[in-house]
Amino acid sequence: MNTSDLASRISDLSSFEGYQFDCQPIPGETEVLQITLGEFEELPCFVSVTDTQILCITYLFTNDEVISDKRSEMMEEMLELNIPIPLSSFAKLGDRYVIFGALSITSNIEDICHEIITLTENALEAIDALEEYLV
Amino acid sequence: MSILRKIMTAVRGGAREMGELVVDANGTRIFEQEIKDAQTHLNKARHDLTDVMAKQMQASRQVESLKREISEHEAYAGQALDKGDENLAMEIAEKINRLESDLAEQTQVHESFSGHVSRLKDLVKKTGRQIKEYERQLSMVKTTESVQKASAAITNNFASSNSKMLSAKDSLDRIKKRQQDNFDRLAAAEQLESDNSDKSLEDRMTAAGIGEQKSSANSVLDRIKSKRG
Repeated sequence: MNTSDLASRISDLSSFEGYQFDCQPIPGETEVLQITLGEFEELPCFVSVTDTQILCITYLFTNDEVISDKRSEMMEEMLELNIPIPLSSFAKLGDRYVIFGALSITSNIEDICHEIITLTENALEAIDALEEYLV
Repeated sequence: MSILRKIMTAVRGGAREMGELVVDANGTRIFEQEIKDAQTHLNKARHDLTDVMAKQMQASRQVESLKREISEHEAYAGQALDKGDENLAMEIAEKINRLESDLAEQTQVHESFSGHVSRLKDLVKKTGRQIKEYERQLSMVKTTESVQKASAAITNNFASSNSKMLSAKDSLDRIKKRQQDNFDRLAAAEQLESDNSDKSLEDRMTAAGIGEQKSSANSVLDRIKSKRG
């Protein structure tokens, strides 16, 4: 499944598991879809399709948002939380902390939508849990 | 250096800047070419292997047939001796001698083919593993590259649309507030619904003369009269 396939199939679905999906393609060298769920417009999920996997990434916060002398404690906490969080993992992209999930390139549309919902809910949950480390 | 270590070094050494690629496009192309070359080698090795295996089988058949011929001729020589024909037995013995030297030669050929087969099989296995390894590394490099490009696109999009990315705390507050609003609205709607159903029950009870009755002008007048009384 490539990005434009994915975009049109998500648009066709319009809602899944009780959530409204909004899908915006982002122009650039690599095609990326910005997908937001009804109640969670502040936490968009970015989906890109590579040769081997479908990557869904949600930005959590930037370096600047972390209380500097609590950073290492927070990162320990994130490592501890990585396994309990279902289907999603923490990572870092440049100066941003992110949460992401990777799917097989052969996943069906339901799997992908389910992943996006889980990821968005996990992102909110994670920010809530890590709030004490943020300025 | 392992590919992951290379990626790590690149990310540490200034690739903090979004869009900076871990491996330039040229590097990826060279890598892809290496995989293609290895695949070609593998195909050639496989082809060679079938050739050599066929020759090995031929040699093996040759060895078997020579062995059979030798044992047959040994039997013939025995029969000639039984008949007391020493000369014939000698001729047969000479033939056996030639067959045995052929056998020695064929056995050596067979062994050499067998050695060749096992070397080629090793090569095929090793090349196969090498290709898998290259493909794994290429996939890591390509994923890193793709994610970096995707991040660059996302960042540029935010910059060009002038929309600021909210801080995590603000996002959290807004989403929680929205969820609370939705929840409150739902609760209010439920409250309204239950009020309505209470109201309609009350109306019906009043109509039936049950429960607290509304005071009427007559009852007020009665009350005043009784006070004056």
